[in-house]
Amino acid sequence: MVQIFRPGADTIARIVLFAIPTVPVLAVGFAYSLWHSPYATAQDVTREQPVPFSHEHHVGGLGIDCRYCHTSVEKAAFAGLPPTQTCMSCHSQIWTNAPMLAPVRASLAEDRPIEWQRVHNLPGYVYFNHSVHVAKGVGCTTCHGPVQTMKLIRQAAPLTMGWCLDCHRNPAPSLRPHEAVFDVDWQPPENQAEVGARLAKERHIASPQRLSECSICHR
Amino acid sequence: MMRLVAIPLLLSLGACDDPSMHRQNRYETYGKARLFPDDAEARTPPAGTVSQSALARETALADPPPVDAALLERGRQRYEAICTPCHGYTGHGDGMIVQRGFPPPPSFHEDRLRAAPATYFVDVITKGYGVMYAYAARVEPRDRWAIAAYIRALQLSQGAHVADVPGLAEKLP
Repeated sequence: MVQIFRPGADTIARIVLFAIPTVPVLAVGFAYSLWHSPYATAQDVTREQPVPFSHEHHVGGLGIDCRYCHTSVEKAAFAGLPPTQTCMSCHSQIWTNAPMLAPVRASLAEDRPIEWQRVHNLPGYVYFNHSVHVAKGVGCTTCHGPVQTMKLIRQAAPLTMGWCLDCHRNPAPSLRPHEAVFDVDWQPPENQAEVGARLAKERHIASPQRLSECSICHR
Repeated sequence: MMRLVAIPLLLSLGACDDPSMHRQNRYETYGKARLFPDDAEARTPPAGTVSQSALARETALADPPPVDAALLERGRQRYEAICTPCHGYTGHGDGMIVQRGFPPPPSFHEDRLRAAPATYFVDVITKGYGVMYAYAARVEPRDRWAIAAYIRALQLSQGAHVADVPGLAEKLP
């Protein structure tokens, strides 16, 4: 009688049997981790900008306050991107011939805004407002990370819904006194749990149940 | 029967462009806008336009708010955020940008500026002076008065005498 299966067929059959339950599980796991990876969330990705503006130099080195440029952060949904006049407030006098700043000078001369590449891009169905976060005491670096160390700005947080909810369900660890909101070197004190809970109460921050309702962010 | 199912299905294909709704058909703040010749969502008002808030701003600028602790505190915040890069935390005109080569502004503690009325500081913030750009777009009218009040507090602090503070002399070593 002729043999139908070769001697290795047994091994192949075992591998196939093993793969039938494991491959779908691994595939789902892989897709899930890819979905949360920087590849999908754009976390830590730096983008080429028309001018290589360094927050490390301007914030870390010179100590310029966030609000010098992002003027609407306390009163609007959008933090505000400075007009070219803001850059030229200093650069009309210093580094006036730097080749790096040529696009800034051209922008002022031609009255044409600089086209920055967006770094923090929320989906169209998310409503986010900077002013309420600042007013309630969430500091800039809580979400934007240590900008004073970034040569080019990058998205420090994953900006996923789960990441937003982490704080909406438990805001106390991220709440600062008002004078510390724009302090990039702020570190939580030892008793932050206690201080945060007190600040949440004083500022009438809604309950975690209310803050994690769909309509808080999806309007 | 077949048509009843097929027609809505065909129609729903039109929504397949971006089923996640991640990118929606609307303009983002300062985003690109193909509708306009300069591709910018942010529009420049046509020449001669007067904004609805213009009258309120003019009034706030002409009418100084009463000076109280809250106004001084607001002035300190604005001063430290906007003015310190050049004028320095104490107003001597030795801020970080000046240390890096910007022409130094006058100290707030020189006689001419000690004698200057508060409107002078508000005017300079509004219109700029010398190499200082106008800050009207960056500092609200009420905040300009708050900053002027805080400059007065700085002037007081840098020219204070021990005798001005009751009970201080006894506490000093």
